[in-house]
Amino acid sequence: MPTAKKKTVKKSSKAKKSKAVRKVQPKHKVKPTLAVWKFASCDGCQLSLLSCEDELLDVVGGIELAYFLEATSAMIDGPYDVSLVEGSITTEFDAKRILKIREQSKILITIGACATAGGIQGLKNFANVNDYIKAVYARPEYISTLKTSMPIKDYVDVDFELRGCPIDKGQLLEVINATLNGRVPAIPHYSQCVECKKNGTVCVMVAKGTPCLGPVTQAGCGNLCPSTDRGCYGCFGPSELPNGFSLAKQFEKLGMNKKEIRDFFRSYNASAGGFREISEAYDLKK
Amino acid sequence: MAKAAKSKKATPKKAKAKKPVNVTRTIQVDELSRVEGEGALLVRIKDGKIKECKFKIVEPPRFFEAFLRGRSFTEVPDITARICGICPMAYLMGAQQAMEDAFQMEITTEIRDLRRLMYCGEWIESHVLHAAMLHAPDFLGIDDVLQLAATNPEVVESALQLKKLGNDILEVIGGGRAIHPVNTKVGGFYKAPTKKAVRALADRLKWGIDASIELTKLFGTFDFPDYEYEYNYVSLTHPDEYAIVEGDVMSSEGLHIPVREFHKHFREKHVAHSTALQGSLREDGQPYLTGPNARYNNNYKQLTRRCKSLAKEIGLDTVCHNPFKSILVRMIETLYSCEEALRLVKAYEEPDPIFIEAKPRASEGFGMTEAPRGVCFHRYELDDKGLVVNATISSPTAQNQPQIERDLYGVVERSMDLDHDALKWRCEQTIRNYDPCISCSTHFLKLTMIKE
Repeated sequence: MPTAKKKTVKKSSKAKKSKAVRKVQPKHKVKPTLAVWKFASCDGCQLSLLSCEDELLDVVGGIELAYFLEATSAMIDGPYDVSLVEGSITTEFDAKRILKIREQSKILITIGACATAGGIQGLKNFANVNDYIKAVYARPEYISTLKTSMPIKDYVDVDFELRGCPIDKGQLLEVINATLNGRVPAIPHYSQCVECKKNGTVCVMVAKGTPCLGPVTQAGCGNLCPSTDRGCYGCFGPSELPNGFSLAKQFEKLGMNKKEIRDFFRSYNASAGGFREISEAYDLKK
Repeated sequence: MAKAAKSKKATPKKAKAKKPVNVTRTIQVDELSRVEGEGALLVRIKDGKIKECKFKIVEPPRFFEAFLRGRSFTEVPDITARICGICPMAYLMGAQQAMEDAFQMEITTEIRDLRRLMYCGEWIESHVLHAAMLHAPDFLGIDDVLQLAATNPEVVESALQLKKLGNDILEVIGGGRAIHPVNTKVGGFYKAPTKKAVRALADRLKWGIDASIELTKLFGTFDFPDYEYEYNYVSLTHPDEYAIVEGDVMSSEGLHIPVREFHKHFREKHVAHSTALQGSLREDGQPYLTGPNARYNNNYKQLTRRCKSLAKEIGLDTVCHNPFKSILVRMIETLYSCEEALRLVKAYEEPDPIFIEAKPRASEGFGMTEAPRGVCFHRYELDDKGLVVNATISSPTAQNQPQIERDLYGVVERSMDLDHDALKWRCEQTIRNYDPCISCSTHFLKLTMIKE
């Protein structure tokens, strides 16, 4: 699979390079500024912020919404204390735009599977993009796009990645709150299985033989699918230390064919390490 | 209320001095705000004549139709939902319907009602988001709804709670989340929502009816630009109900066809300048309008008595040709959705069976629902295993795009005497009348550089 060339960005003195989450130092009586940016995506993750109906007014009471096109016409120039970035990089234009946003942001947080793993449009990473264009468009010569849809971290340094397709509202509030208060967000990296155990949800794979990506998928959605009698389909991407090959073997025992296993691992987080290798190994073309 | 907010920033005013005649004016907005997705606007006026009028879509392409090929019918609804985080229902339900059509499945009334209830949730959530949070600021001359929260917190609080009610309906039925719900599938649902959880929505829906009436009356006091157009209104229509989840396609110019004939009468064109597969009538290439005003005008008779009397009270006729008043129609539809949801909630019993088993066969299937922004068309060609051979999806915003540009032209033509900022504001407002969902329309769009 082609990987985008990583570009290093020189950051201004206002945004010193550090992997750790830094405390935002608000100026005297000035609220920290928040900017929300969109790349290739469905809009659902930034909408999650507006969907925090009970908390929205409190959140915006604590920050200055400096740039959030979906919500406001007001635009304040950077630099920004915190940037939330939704979407993946799929065009030359966007590949340049993200560099500028990084320069302008003290803390940059990516939100959602598109931004953290390339998203569903990352399926083109496994195909010939020219075939895609020819297959769909009447006038292929109008189309201009990169060969890949890659996560933001492949282009710039990212301070925190919030997973999900879409992200969870509660986790989003936790990340904003933690960031503004200079602590590391309390976001678990364990698997969906832990959530099932915590919630007392009966294992759909053991009890019903329903294929479930839960054992290799990061928790955080709120244990949605297994508690709806459905196998997890991997919205939150690979958990820490996933053993996808072992799970794939179990899927074989449950009667899934190679193509089905490949597609199961190849969806909203298809390009993420931990899922990608499995789908490539089960690709019939190889 | 309007006055308090207006004092924050001047609303568009007429220009104090007449512009000299021989001059080129360019209205350019590179980043349209308060719309879903990334759009831009360009209007060029030379010597008092409009030379160019473009609603540009600057979202990158995502190639859904391409990567759907080879995927199983079971996966398609969830994948297409990711076209849009604001109206995932239009994709979930449209795709499910298309598969059920292809496999000749009969869906039970109970499942159908549950889908309609869920869709009411999406209408409430999406309509209130647009009307109160994105569109109302246009009429108040403010940047966003948060400025309104400073002067009239109770209005914003009420709107937020109404929107939350819509989301909660989606969550209760959709398996715990409103954006990309997990509980729906081809044939029905994975698990029946409990009677207790669904019935518990009743009291809040009663509140929702009152709250939506109050908000509608408030929005009814706005000043609306004087602009009307002879649109060709295209919507679904259903003999027994105000069409939301299913029906035939109808146009106000007399067309009445089954969904499967949609592309026989409507086409999509790939044009260079504006990056979209633009919708138009096959017969004469003319644009058409889909969305709240089209539904209201085509299906007014099927609204409830309460909706009709509220419409009358705020000065809406039985037809509405003013696109700026779409904010009012959205609110009438919000009231309708609350009433309809309440009816369905009261009657709810846990469906058994909760889904109908799908038996794949090589075939072609069609689906169409009324997304909050208008009709959303799905067509899938499937092989005998139920894998997608070909997929075509027409989003409402792509269909509306030529009409949006025509409106822009008409509005600019009538508003030449406005100064630059006021005209720019008016143009943006014209686009926002459509509640354009650019993320949706762009699942097949591209970025084009315009050379001038």
